Amino acid sequence: MTSFSARRVRADIPQLNRLIYDRPITYLDSASTSLQPNAVIDAMSRYYQLRHANVHRAVYQTASEATAAYEGARESVAHFINAPGGAGEIVFTKNATESFNLLAKSWGAKNLASGDVVLVSEMEHHANIVPWFQLRETTGIEVRFIPVTDDYRLDLSRSEELMRGVKLLSVAGMSNVLGTINPIGELAALAHRHGALIAVDGAQSVAHSATDVVALDIDFLIFTGHKMLGPTGIGVFWTREDILHTMPPFLGGGGMIADVRTDGYTPANGPTRFEAGTPPIAEAVGLNAAVHYLEGLGMTNVTRHEHALAADALSRFDEEFQGRVRIIGPADTTDRGGVISLDVEGVHPHDVAQVLDQFGVCVRPGHHCAKPLMRRFGLAATVRASYGPYSLTKDTDVLLEALGHAVKMFG
Amino acid sequence: MTNLDDLYREIILDHYRSPRNRGELEAPPAVRVEGFNPLCGDEIVVYLDVEEGVLANIKMTGTGCSISQSSASLMSAAVKGKPLDQVRATIATFKELMTVHESTLAHDGEPARVDLRALGELAALQGVVKFPVRIKCATLAWNTLVQGLDEAVA
Repeated sequence: MTSFSARRVRADIPQLNRLIYDRPITYLDSASTSLQPNAVIDAMSRYYQLRHANVHRAVYQTASEATAAYEGARESVAHFINAPGGAGEIVFTKNATESFNLLAKSWGAKNLASGDVVLVSEMEHHANIVPWFQLRETTGIEVRFIPVTDDYRLDLSRSEELMRGVKLLSVAGMSNVLGTINPIGELAALAHRHGALIAVDGAQSVAHSATDVVALDIDFLIFTGHKMLGPTGIGVFWTREDILHTMPPFLGGGGMIADVRTDGYTPANGPTRFEAGTPPIAEAVGLNAAVHYLEGLGMTNVTRHEHALAADALSRFDEEFQGRVRIIGPADTTDRGGVISLDVEGVHPHDVAQVLDQFGVCVRPGHHCAKPLMRRFGLAATVRASYGPYSLTKDTDVLLEALGHAVKMFG
Repeated sequence: MTNLDDLYREIILDHYRSPRNRGELEAPPAVRVEGFNPLCGDEIVVYLDVEEGVLANIKMTGTGCSISQSSASLMSAAVKGKPLDQVRATIATFKELMTVHESTLAHDGEPARVDLRALGELAALQGVVKFPVRIKCATLAWNTLVQGLDEAVA
Protein backbone atom coordinates (compact mmCIF):
# COMPACT_ATOMS: atom_id res chain seq x y z
CA MET A 1 0.00 0.00 0.00
CA THR A 2 1.39 3.39 -0.96
CA SER A 3 1.41 5.97 1.78
CA PHE A 4 -1.22 8.64 1.33
CA SER A 5 -1.16 12.21 2.59
CA ALA A 6 -3.90 14.69 1.76
CA ARG A 7 -1.51 17.47 2.74
CA ARG A 8 0.91 16.31 0.08
CA VAL A 9 -1.92 16.31 -2.47
CA ARG A 10 -2.81 19.86 -1.40
CA ALA A 11 0.76 20.99 -2.00
CA ASP A 12 0.37 19.81 -5.61
CA ILE A 13 -2.76 21.90 -6.26
CA PRO A 14 -2.11 25.59 -6.93
CA GLN A 15 -5.72 26.71 -6.58
CA LEU A 16 -5.72 25.66 -2.93
CA ASN A 17 -3.26 28.48 -2.26
CA ARG A 18 -5.84 31.08 -3.21
CA LEU A 19 -7.33 33.44 -0.68
CA ILE A 20 -11.03 34.30 -0.95
CA TYR A 21 -11.89 37.52 0.92
CA ASP A 22 -8.52 37.17 2.71
CA ARG A 23 -9.36 33.68 3.93
CA PRO A 24 -7.88 30.44 2.60
CA ILE A 25 -10.18 28.77 0.11
CA THR A 26 -12.26 25.91 1.52
CA TYR A 27 -13.06 23.87 -1.54
CA LEU A 28 -16.03 21.56 -0.98
CA ASP A 29 -17.39 21.23 -4.51
CA SER A 30 -15.48 18.26 -5.89
CA ALA A 31 -18.68 16.49 -6.93
CA SER A 32 -19.25 19.37 -9.32
CA THR A 33 -15.67 19.56 -10.52
CA SER A 34 -12.36 18.65 -8.93
CA LEU A 35 -9.27 20.81 -8.67
CA GLN A 36 -6.23 19.99 -10.79
CA PRO A 37 -2.75 19.09 -9.58
CA ASN A 38 0.32 20.60 -11.25
CA ALA A 39 1.01 17.22 -12.85
CA VAL A 40 -2.10 17.69 -14.99
CA ILE A 41 -1.64 21.40 -15.67
CA ASP A 42 2.04 20.95 -16.56
CA ALA A 43 1.39 18.00 -18.85
CA MET A 44 -1.12 20.08 -20.80
CA SER A 45 1.20 23.12 -20.89
CA ARG A 46 4.10 21.00 -22.12
CA TYR A 47 1.90 19.53 -24.79
CA TYR A 48 0.90 22.95 -26.06
CA GLN A 49 4.44 24.32 -25.74
CA LEU A 50 6.26 21.50 -27.54
CA ARG A 51 4.14 18.79 -29.07
CA HIS A 52 0.94 20.27 -30.39
CA ALA A 53 -0.21 18.95 -33.75
CA ASN A 54 -3.33 17.31 -35.05
CA VAL A 55 -3.65 13.58 -34.50
CA HIS A 56 -4.05 10.68 -36.94
CA ARG A 57 -3.14 12.77 -39.97
CA ALA A 58 0.31 14.12 -40.70
CA VAL A 59 3.61 12.23 -40.77
CA TYR A 60 5.91 14.88 -39.28
CA GLN A 61 7.55 14.35 -35.91
CA THR A 62 5.26 16.39 -33.63
CA ALA A 63 2.16 14.97 -35.31
CA SER A 64 3.29 11.46 -34.49
CA GLU A 65 4.11 12.57 -30.94
CA ALA A 66 0.64 14.11 -30.54
CA THR A 67 -0.96 10.93 -31.89
CA ALA A 68 1.11 8.81 -29.53
CA ALA A 69 0.11 11.05 -26.60
CA TYR A 70 -3.57 10.88 -27.49
CA GLU A 71 -3.55 7.11 -28.01
CA GLY A 72 -1.42 6.73 -24.88
CA ALA A 73 -4.23 8.33 -22.88
CA ARG A 74 -6.58 5.65 -24.19
CA GLU A 75 -4.16 2.98 -22.93
CA SER A 76 -3.97 4.57 -19.47
CA VAL A 77 -7.72 4.94 -19.12
CA ALA A 78 -8.25 1.34 -20.29
CA HIS A 79 -5.78 0.13 -17.65
CA PHE A 80 -7.38 2.35 -14.97
CA ILE A 81 -10.80 0.68 -15.35
CA ASN A 82 -9.40 -2.73 -16.38
CA ALA A 83 -11.05 -2.69 -19.82
CA PRO A 84 -10.65 -6.30 -20.99
CA GLY A 85 -10.09 -5.33 -24.65
CA GLY A 86 -7.67 -2.52 -23.81
CA ALA A 87 -7.44 0.88 -25.50
CA GLY A 88 -9.68 -0.17 -28.41
CA GLU A 89 -12.67 -0.05 -26.07
CA ILE A 90 -12.16 3.54 -24.88
CA VAL A 91 -14.04 6.30 -26.69
CA PHE A 92 -13.22 9.91 -25.82
CA THR A 93 -16.17 12.31 -25.78
CA LYS A 94 -16.68 15.86 -24.55
CA ASN A 95 -18.03 14.87 -21.13
CA ALA A 96 -20.16 12.24 -19.39
CA THR A 97 -23.32 13.82 -20.80
CA GLU A 98 -22.08 13.34 -24.35
CA SER A 99 -21.17 9.75 -23.46
CA PHE A 100 -24.76 9.14 -22.37
CA ASN A 101 -26.00 10.67 -25.60
CA LEU A 102 -23.69 8.32 -27.49
CA LEU A 103 -25.12 5.37 -25.57
CA ALA A 104 -28.75 6.40 -26.19
CA LYS A 105 -28.44 7.67 -29.74
CA SER A 106 -26.12 4.98 -31.09
CA TRP A 107 -26.56 1.76 -29.09
CA GLY A 108 -30.07 2.67 -27.90
CA ALA A 109 -31.47 3.72 -31.27
CA LYS A 110 -30.14 0.55 -32.87
CA ASN A 111 -31.12 -1.96 -30.19
CA LEU A 112 -34.27 -0.61 -28.57
CA ALA A 113 -37.76 -0.52 -30.02
CA SER A 114 -41.26 0.41 -28.95
CA GLY A 115 -42.19 -1.26 -25.67
CA ASP A 116 -38.58 -1.99 -24.61
CA VAL A 117 -37.75 -0.63 -21.19
CA VAL A 118 -34.76 1.40 -20.03
CA LEU A 119 -34.62 1.19 -16.25
CA VAL A 120 -32.96 4.12 -14.49
CA SER A 121 -33.42 5.33 -10.92
CA GLU A 122 -34.94 8.31 -9.17
CA MET A 123 -31.48 9.38 -8.02
CA GLU A 124 -30.03 9.77 -11.53
CA HIS A 125 -28.43 12.91 -12.91
CA HIS A 126 -30.38 14.47 -15.79
CA ALA A 127 -27.64 13.18 -18.12
CA ASN A 128 -28.93 9.65 -17.48
CA ILE A 129 -32.58 10.65 -17.88
CA VAL A 130 -33.06 13.19 -20.66
CA PRO A 131 -31.31 11.20 -23.47
CA TRP A 132 -33.69 8.31 -22.69
CA PHE A 133 -36.72 10.60 -22.86
CA GLN A 134 -35.40 11.87 -26.20
CA LEU A 135 -35.03 8.30 -27.43
CA ARG A 136 -38.56 7.60 -26.22
CA GLU A 137 -39.85 10.34 -28.56
CA THR A 138 -38.39 8.59 -31.62
CA THR A 139 -38.73 4.91 -30.69
CA GLY A 140 -41.54 4.59 -28.16
CA ILE A 141 -39.40 2.94 -25.48
CA GLU A 142 -40.51 3.05 -21.87
CA VAL A 143 -38.34 4.82 -19.29
CA ARG A 144 -38.89 3.32 -15.87
CA PHE A 145 -37.53 4.50 -12.53
CA ILE A 146 -36.25 2.45 -9.59
CA PRO A 147 -37.72 4.21 -6.54
CA VAL A 148 -35.52 5.56 -3.76
CA THR A 149 -36.30 4.53 -0.16
CA ASP A 150 -36.84 6.96 2.71
CA ASP A 151 -33.29 6.19 3.83
CA TYR A 152 -31.92 7.25 0.45
CA ARG A 153 -31.12 3.86 -1.07
CA LEU A 154 -32.38 2.19 -4.24
CA ASP A 155 -35.58 0.31 -3.46
CA LEU A 156 -34.96 -3.09 -5.04
CA SER A 157 -37.67 -4.89 -3.06
CA ARG A 158 -39.73 -5.35 -6.23
CA SER A 159 -36.83 -5.89 -8.58
CA GLU A 160 -38.42 -8.78 -10.48
CA GLU A 161 -41.40 -6.59 -11.34
CA LEU A 162 -39.15 -3.63 -12.18
CA MET A 163 -37.06 -5.74 -14.53
CA ARG A 164 -39.98 -6.84 -16.70
CA GLY A 165 -39.25 -5.87 -20.31
CA VAL A 166 -35.98 -4.16 -19.40
CA LYS A 167 -33.29 -4.17 -22.09
CA LEU A 168 -30.94 -1.77 -20.33
CA LEU A 169 -30.42 -0.93 -16.67
CA SER A 170 -28.63 2.41 -16.37
CA VAL A 171 -27.67 3.65 -12.90
CA ALA A 172 -25.18 5.84 -11.09
CA GLY A 173 -22.29 4.23 -9.27
CA MET A 174 -22.65 6.97 -6.67
CA SER A 175 -25.39 9.60 -6.34
CA ASN A 176 -24.14 13.14 -6.94
CA VAL A 177 -26.69 14.43 -4.42
CA LEU A 178 -27.04 11.79 -1.71
CA GLY A 179 -23.59 10.25 -1.65
CA THR A 180 -25.26 6.84 -1.82
CA ILE A 181 -23.01 4.18 -3.36
CA ASN A 182 -25.17 1.75 -5.32
CA PRO A 183 -24.60 -2.04 -5.34
CA ILE A 184 -23.37 -2.22 -8.93
CA GLY A 185 -22.21 -5.85 -8.79
CA GLU A 186 -25.63 -6.93 -7.52
CA LEU A 187 -27.42 -4.80 -10.14
CA ALA A 188 -25.25 -6.23 -12.92
CA ALA A 189 -26.20 -9.76 -11.86
CA LEU A 190 -29.87 -8.73 -11.75
CA ALA A 191 -29.72 -7.18 -15.23
CA HIS A 192 -27.92 -10.14 -16.78
CA ARG A 193 -30.28 -12.64 -15.15
CA HIS A 194 -33.08 -10.87 -17.03
CA GLY A 195 -31.18 -10.74 -20.32
CA ALA A 196 -30.56 -6.99 -20.02
CA LEU A 197 -27.34 -5.00 -20.24
CA ILE A 198 -26.14 -2.60 -17.56
CA ALA A 199 -24.66 0.87 -17.96
CA VAL A 200 -23.00 2.65 -15.05
CA ASP A 201 -22.78 6.40 -14.62
CA GLY A 202 -19.32 6.60 -13.08
CA ALA A 203 -19.11 10.40 -13.14
CA GLN A 204 -18.98 10.42 -9.33
CA SER A 205 -17.75 6.92 -8.49
CA VAL A 206 -14.75 6.56 -10.81
CA ALA A 207 -13.04 9.58 -9.26
CA HIS A 208 -13.36 8.26 -5.73
CA SER A 209 -13.02 4.47 -5.84
CA ALA A 210 -11.28 1.76 -7.82
CA THR A 211 -13.44 0.70 -10.77
CA ASP A 212 -12.91 -2.66 -12.42
CA VAL A 213 -15.40 -3.27 -15.23
CA VAL A 214 -14.56 -6.98 -15.33
CA ALA A 215 -15.02 -7.54 -11.60
CA LEU A 216 -18.26 -5.53 -11.63
CA ASP A 217 -19.35 -7.43 -14.76
CA ILE A 218 -20.87 -4.33 -16.36
CA ASP A 219 -21.44 -3.57 -20.05
CA PHE A 220 -21.06 0.20 -20.30
CA LEU A 221 -19.17 2.71 -18.15
CA ILE A 222 -19.41 6.46 -18.52
CA PHE A 223 -17.33 9.08 -16.73
CA THR A 224 -15.71 12.47 -17.13
CA GLY A 225 -12.20 13.89 -16.80
CA HIS A 226 -12.81 17.04 -14.80
CA LYS A 227 -14.27 15.29 -11.76
CA MET A 228 -11.17 13.07 -11.43
CA LEU A 229 -8.46 15.78 -11.21
CA GLY A 230 -8.34 16.04 -15.01
CA PRO A 231 -9.34 18.86 -17.35
CA THR A 232 -12.79 19.83 -18.61
CA GLY A 233 -13.71 18.96 -22.19
CA ILE A 234 -13.05 15.22 -22.10
CA GLY A 235 -15.36 12.38 -21.18
CA VAL A 236 -15.06 8.62 -21.47
CA PHE A 237 -17.35 5.97 -22.89
CA TRP A 238 -16.38 2.36 -22.38
CA THR A 239 -18.04 -0.77 -23.61
CA ARG A 240 -16.78 -4.22 -24.56
CA GLU A 241 -15.31 -4.55 -28.03
CA ASP A 242 -18.04 -6.97 -29.16
CA ILE A 243 -20.69 -4.34 -28.37
CA LEU A 244 -18.69 -1.34 -29.59
CA HIS A 245 -18.13 -2.75 -33.08
CA THR A 246 -21.89 -3.21 -33.59
CA MET A 247 -22.72 0.39 -32.64
CA PRO A 248 -23.53 2.78 -35.50
CA PRO A 249 -21.67 6.10 -35.71
CA PHE A 250 -23.00 8.96 -33.59
CA LEU A 251 -21.67 12.33 -34.82
CA GLY A 252 -20.54 12.48 -38.43
CA GLY A 253 -17.56 14.24 -39.98
CA GLY A 254 -13.83 13.89 -40.39
CA GLY A 255 -11.85 11.42 -38.34
CA MET A 256 -14.70 8.93 -37.96
CA ILE A 257 -14.61 7.53 -41.48
CA ALA A 258 -12.79 4.80 -43.36
CA ASP A 259 -13.89 6.19 -46.73
CA VAL A 260 -16.08 8.94 -48.17
CA ARG A 261 -17.31 8.92 -51.74
CA THR A 262 -19.84 11.02 -53.64
CA ASP A 263 -22.40 8.29 -53.06
CA GLY A 264 -21.86 7.70 -49.34
CA TYR A 265 -19.35 6.88 -46.62
CA THR A 266 -17.92 3.96 -44.69
CA PRO A 267 -17.36 4.55 -40.97
CA ALA A 268 -14.05 3.76 -39.30
CA ASN A 269 -13.75 0.78 -36.99
CA GLY A 270 -12.85 1.07 -33.33
CA PRO A 271 -13.27 4.05 -31.03
CA THR A 272 -12.45 6.67 -33.68
CA ARG A 273 -15.79 5.82 -35.32
CA PHE A 274 -17.34 7.84 -32.49
CA GLU A 275 -14.80 10.67 -32.45
CA ALA A 276 -15.77 12.99 -35.29
CA GLY A 277 -13.59 16.04 -35.84
CA THR A 278 -10.36 16.98 -34.08
CA PRO A 279 -10.60 15.30 -30.69
CA PRO A 280 -9.69 16.83 -27.29
CA ILE A 281 -5.97 16.10 -27.60
CA ALA A 282 -4.59 18.34 -24.85
CA GLU A 283 -7.44 17.20 -22.62
CA ALA A 284 -6.53 13.56 -23.25
CA VAL A 285 -2.94 14.40 -22.25
CA GLY A 286 -4.29 16.01 -19.06
CA LEU A 287 -6.57 13.07 -18.34
CA ASN A 288 -3.66 10.68 -18.80
CA ALA A 289 -1.69 12.67 -16.20
CA ALA A 290 -4.70 12.67 -13.85
CA VAL A 291 -5.05 8.90 -14.12
CA HIS A 292 -1.34 8.45 -13.33
CA TYR A 293 -1.66 10.85 -10.43
CA LEU A 294 -4.65 8.98 -8.98
CA GLU A 295 -2.87 5.64 -9.45
CA GLY A 296 0.06 7.12 -7.57
CA LEU A 297 -2.24 8.04 -4.69
CA GLY A 298 -3.91 4.63 -4.79
CA MET A 299 -7.68 4.59 -5.26
CA THR A 300 -8.15 2.54 -2.10
CA ASN A 301 -6.40 5.31 -0.15
CA VAL A 302 -8.57 7.96 -1.81
CA THR A 303 -11.75 6.07 -0.94
CA ARG A 304 -10.67 5.52 2.66
CA HIS A 305 -9.64 9.15 3.12
CA GLU A 306 -12.89 10.61 1.76
CA HIS A 307 -15.00 8.09 3.64
CA ALA A 308 -13.34 9.10 6.90
CA LEU A 309 -13.97 12.79 6.17
CA ALA A 310 -17.64 12.14 5.38
CA ALA A 311 -18.14 9.98 8.48
CA ASP A 312 -16.57 12.65 10.69
CA ALA A 313 -18.70 15.42 9.14
CA LEU A 314 -21.93 13.41 9.37
CA SER A 315 -21.34 12.79 13.07
CA ARG A 316 -20.98 16.51 13.78
CA PHE A 317 -24.03 18.19 12.22
CA ASP A 318 -26.58 16.96 14.77
CA GLU A 319 -24.49 17.93 17.75
CA GLU A 320 -23.66 21.31 16.28
CA PHE A 321 -27.11 22.31 15.01
CA GLN A 322 -29.60 20.33 17.11
CA GLY A 323 -31.55 19.12 14.09
CA ARG A 324 -31.70 22.48 12.31
CA VAL A 325 -29.44 21.10 9.60
CA ARG A 326 -30.86 17.96 8.05
CA ILE A 327 -28.72 15.55 6.01
CA ILE A 328 -30.34 14.58 2.69
CA GLY A 329 -28.59 11.26 2.27
CA PRO A 330 -27.86 8.04 4.17
CA ALA A 331 -27.03 8.49 7.86
CA ASP A 332 -25.37 5.09 7.73
CA THR A 333 -21.80 5.52 6.50
CA THR A 334 -21.52 2.11 4.82
CA ASP A 335 -21.74 2.36 1.03
CA ARG A 336 -21.62 6.09 1.26
CA GLY A 337 -19.16 8.51 -0.31
CA GLY A 338 -17.98 12.04 0.41
CA VAL A 339 -21.00 13.91 -0.93
CA ILE A 340 -23.16 15.54 1.74
CA SER A 341 -26.40 17.34 0.88
CA LEU A 342 -27.85 19.62 3.52
CA ASP A 343 -31.22 21.19 4.15
CA VAL A 344 -30.93 24.10 6.55
CA GLU A 345 -34.27 24.69 8.25
CA GLY A 346 -35.78 28.01 7.21
CA VAL A 347 -32.83 29.11 5.08
CA HIS A 348 -32.85 28.84 1.31
CA PRO A 349 -29.82 27.00 -0.14
CA HIS A 350 -28.77 30.06 -2.16
CA ASP A 351 -28.70 32.17 0.96
CA VAL A 352 -26.71 29.50 2.80
CA ALA A 353 -24.20 29.31 -0.05
CA GLN A 354 -23.94 33.10 -0.17
CA VAL A 355 -23.03 33.29 3.50
CA LEU A 356 -20.60 30.38 3.10
CA ASP A 357 -18.90 32.20 0.23
CA GLN A 358 -17.95 34.99 2.63
CA PHE A 359 -15.98 32.40 4.59
CA GLY A 360 -14.22 31.24 1.42
CA VAL A 361 -16.32 28.06 1.43
CA CYS A 362 -17.16 26.73 -2.04
CA VAL A 363 -20.31 24.58 -2.01
CA ARG A 364 -23.03 24.02 -4.56
CA PRO A 365 -26.61 25.15 -3.92
CA GLY A 366 -29.32 23.94 -6.27
CA HIS A 367 -31.04 20.86 -7.65
CA HIS A 368 -27.75 19.31 -8.84
CA CYS A 369 -29.33 18.27 -12.15
CA ALA A 370 -31.41 15.71 -10.26
CA LYS A 371 -34.89 17.20 -10.22
CA PRO A 372 -36.77 13.88 -10.00
CA LEU A 373 -34.82 13.16 -6.80
CA MET A 374 -35.57 16.65 -5.43
CA ARG A 375 -39.27 16.10 -6.11
CA ARG A 376 -39.14 12.67 -4.45
CA PHE A 377 -38.07 14.35 -1.21
CA GLY A 378 -40.17 17.50 -1.62
CA LEU A 379 -37.18 19.80 -1.96
CA ALA A 380 -36.45 22.57 -4.45
CA ALA A 381 -32.74 22.50 -3.76
CA THR A 382 -30.06 21.51 -1.26
CA VAL A 383 -26.66 22.79 -0.26
CA ARG A 384 -24.06 20.20 -1.20
CA ALA A 385 -20.59 19.85 0.25
CA SER A 386 -18.35 17.26 -1.39
CA TYR A 387 -14.84 16.03 -0.69
CA GLY A 388 -11.81 15.14 -2.77
CA PRO A 389 -8.44 13.55 -2.08
CA TYR A 390 -7.11 16.99 -1.10
CA SER A 391 -9.84 17.67 1.50
CA LEU A 392 -9.08 17.90 5.22
CA THR A 393 -11.08 17.82 8.46
CA LYS A 394 -10.17 21.51 8.62
CA ASP A 395 -12.50 22.05 5.64
CA THR A 396 -15.37 20.58 7.65
CA ASP A 397 -14.46 22.86 10.57
CA VAL A 398 -14.79 25.96 8.39
CA LEU A 399 -18.00 24.62 6.84
CA LEU A 400 -19.56 24.18 10.28
CA GLU A 401 -18.41 27.63 11.42
CA ALA A 402 -19.89 29.26 8.31
CA LEU A 403 -23.13 27.24 8.56
CA GLY A 404 -23.46 28.40 12.16
CA HIS A 405 -23.26 31.97 10.94
CA ALA A 406 -25.95 31.35 8.28
CA VAL A 407 -28.29 29.74 10.81
CA LYS A 408 -27.82 32.67 13.20
CA MET A 409 -28.28 35.28 10.51
CA PHE A 410 -31.58 33.90 9.20
CA GLY A 411 -32.76 32.39 12.50
CA MET B 1 -18.87 40.49 6.57
CA THR B 2 -19.41 44.04 5.21
CA ASN B 3 -20.46 42.68 1.84
CA LEU B 4 -22.98 40.33 3.38
CA ASP B 5 -24.52 43.09 5.47
CA ASP B 6 -24.90 45.09 2.26
CA LEU B 7 -26.82 42.24 0.69
CA TYR B 8 -28.88 41.08 3.63
CA ARG B 9 -30.07 44.39 5.05
CA GLU B 10 -32.45 44.18 8.00
CA ILE B 11 -35.36 45.37 5.85
CA ILE B 12 -34.74 42.51 3.40
CA LEU B 13 -34.65 39.93 6.16
CA ASP B 14 -37.85 41.45 7.58
CA HIS B 15 -39.69 41.14 4.25
CA TYR B 16 -38.32 37.58 3.86
CA ARG B 17 -39.58 36.53 7.30
CA SER B 18 -42.90 38.41 7.03
CA PRO B 19 -43.73 38.75 3.34
CA ARG B 20 -46.38 41.34 2.45
CA ASN B 21 -49.33 40.65 0.13
CA ARG B 22 -48.98 36.86 0.26
CA GLY B 23 -51.95 34.98 -1.11
CA GLU B 24 -54.11 34.55 -4.18
CA LEU B 25 -56.80 36.50 -6.02
CA GLU B 26 -59.59 34.87 -7.97
CA ALA B 27 -58.47 34.67 -11.60
CA PRO B 28 -60.34 35.80 -13.58
CA PRO B 29 -61.17 38.59 -12.95
CA ALA B 30 -57.59 38.91 -11.66
CA VAL B 31 -54.66 38.25 -14.02
CA ARG B 32 -52.47 35.33 -12.93
CA VAL B 33 -48.86 35.02 -14.18
CA GLU B 34 -46.07 32.63 -13.26
CA GLY B 35 -42.39 33.45 -13.11
CA PHE B 36 -39.72 30.79 -12.99
CA ASN B 37 -36.00 30.69 -12.54
CA PRO B 38 -35.04 27.30 -13.97
CA LEU B 39 -31.45 27.49 -12.77
CA CYS B 40 -32.21 27.71 -9.06
CA GLY B 41 -35.83 26.52 -9.02
CA ASP B 42 -37.28 29.76 -7.61
CA GLU B 43 -40.87 30.29 -8.62
CA ILE B 44 -43.47 32.98 -8.15
CA VAL B 45 -47.12 33.45 -9.03
CA VAL B 46 -48.37 37.03 -9.24
CA TYR B 47 -52.08 37.98 -9.19
CA LEU B 48 -53.07 41.45 -10.40
CA ASP B 49 -56.31 43.38 -10.23
CA VAL B 50 -56.17 46.28 -12.64
CA GLU B 51 -59.13 48.67 -12.44
CA GLU B 52 -59.43 51.87 -14.45
CA GLY B 53 -55.71 52.36 -14.92
CA VAL B 54 -54.86 51.55 -11.31
CA LEU B 55 -53.16 48.45 -9.91
CA ALA B 56 -55.93 48.00 -7.38
CA ASN B 57 -54.59 44.84 -5.78
CA ILE B 58 -51.62 42.48 -5.97
CA LYS B 59 -51.04 39.11 -4.30
CA MET B 60 -48.25 36.59 -4.65
CA THR B 61 -47.33 33.02 -3.83
CA GLY B 62 -44.11 31.15 -4.49
CA THR B 63 -40.87 29.88 -3.06
CA GLY B 64 -37.31 31.03 -3.31
CA CYS B 65 -34.33 32.57 -1.61
CA SER B 66 -34.47 35.59 0.66
CA ILE B 67 -33.53 37.94 -2.17
CA SER B 68 -36.23 36.76 -4.57
CA GLN B 69 -38.90 36.61 -1.87
CA SER B 70 -38.09 39.93 -0.22
CA SER B 71 -37.82 41.66 -3.58
CA ALA B 72 -41.30 40.35 -4.43
CA SER B 73 -42.67 41.53 -1.09
CA LEU B 74 -41.05 44.97 -1.36
CA MET B 75 -42.30 45.27 -4.93
CA SER B 76 -45.88 44.46 -3.96
CA ALA B 77 -45.83 47.08 -1.20
CA ALA B 78 -44.40 49.67 -3.61
CA VAL B 79 -46.89 49.20 -6.44
CA LYS B 80 -50.16 48.29 -4.74
CA GLY B 81 -52.89 50.88 -5.26
CA LYS B 82 -50.73 52.95 -7.65
CA PRO B 83 -51.70 54.22 -11.13
CA LEU B 84 -50.20 52.06 -13.87
CA ASP B 85 -47.92 54.79 -15.23
CA GLN B 86 -46.45 55.17 -11.76
CA VAL B 87 -46.08 51.38 -11.47
CA ARG B 88 -44.20 51.28 -14.76
CA ALA B 89 -41.99 54.16 -13.66
CA THR B 90 -41.12 52.29 -10.45
CA ILE B 91 -40.32 49.17 -12.46
CA ALA B 92 -38.04 51.20 -14.74
CA THR B 93 -36.23 52.78 -11.81
CA PHE B 94 -35.79 49.43 -10.08
CA LYS B 95 -34.43 47.81 -13.23
CA GLU B 96 -31.99 50.67 -13.58
CA LEU B 97 -30.88 50.08 -9.99
CA MET B 98 -30.20 46.44 -10.85
CA THR B 99 -28.07 47.34 -13.86
CA VAL B 100 -25.92 49.96 -12.10
CA HIS B 101 -22.42 48.60 -11.97
CA GLU B 102 -20.63 48.66 -8.66
CA SER B 103 -18.03 51.10 -9.97
CA THR B 104 -20.70 53.70 -10.62
CA LEU B 105 -21.84 53.65 -7.00
CA ALA B 106 -20.89 56.83 -5.21
CA HIS B 107 -18.59 56.79 -2.15
CA ASP B 108 -21.44 56.66 0.32
CA GLY B 109 -22.76 53.54 -1.41
CA GLU B 110 -25.57 55.40 -3.16
CA PRO B 111 -25.96 54.75 -6.87
CA ALA B 112 -25.05 57.83 -8.84
CA ARG B 113 -27.78 57.78 -11.44
CA VAL B 114 -30.80 56.29 -9.76
CA ASP B 115 -33.21 58.40 -7.78
CA LEU B 116 -33.31 56.38 -4.58
CA ARG B 117 -36.01 58.54 -3.02
CA ALA B 118 -38.36 57.35 -5.74
CA LEU B 119 -37.65 53.78 -4.64
CA GLY B 120 -38.26 54.16 -0.90
CA GLU B 121 -37.70 50.85 0.88
CA LEU B 122 -36.77 49.21 -2.42
CA ALA B 123 -33.42 50.96 -2.22
CA ALA B 124 -32.49 48.31 0.34
CA LEU B 125 -31.99 45.95 -2.60
CA GLN B 126 -29.17 48.01 -4.08
CA GLY B 127 -26.56 45.77 -2.40
CA VAL B 128 -27.60 42.98 -4.75
CA VAL B 129 -25.66 44.50 -7.65
CA LYS B 130 -22.44 43.67 -5.85
CA PHE B 131 -23.43 40.00 -6.22
CA PRO B 132 -24.08 39.64 -9.96
CA VAL B 133 -25.31 36.04 -9.75
CA ARG B 134 -28.09 37.16 -7.40
CA ILE B 135 -29.50 39.90 -9.65
CA LYS B 136 -31.74 37.33 -11.35
CA CYS B 137 -33.18 36.50 -7.91
CA ALA B 138 -34.09 40.14 -7.28
CA THR B 139 -35.62 40.71 -10.72
CA LEU B 140 -37.77 37.55 -10.93
CA ALA B 141 -40.89 39.10 -9.37
CA TRP B 142 -40.46 42.29 -11.41
CA ASN B 143 -40.21 40.51 -14.73
CA THR B 144 -43.30 38.54 -13.78
CA LEU B 145 -45.12 41.75 -12.88
CA VAL B 146 -44.26 43.29 -16.27
CA GLN B 147 -45.65 40.20 -17.99
CA GLY B 148 -48.82 40.46 -15.89
CA LEU B 149 -49.32 44.15 -16.67
CA ASP B 150 -48.92 43.46 -20.37
CA GLU B 151 -51.60 40.78 -20.11
CA ALA B 152 -53.89 42.97 -17.99
CA VAL B 153 -53.94 45.80 -20.53
CA ALA B 154 -53.87 43.61 -23.64
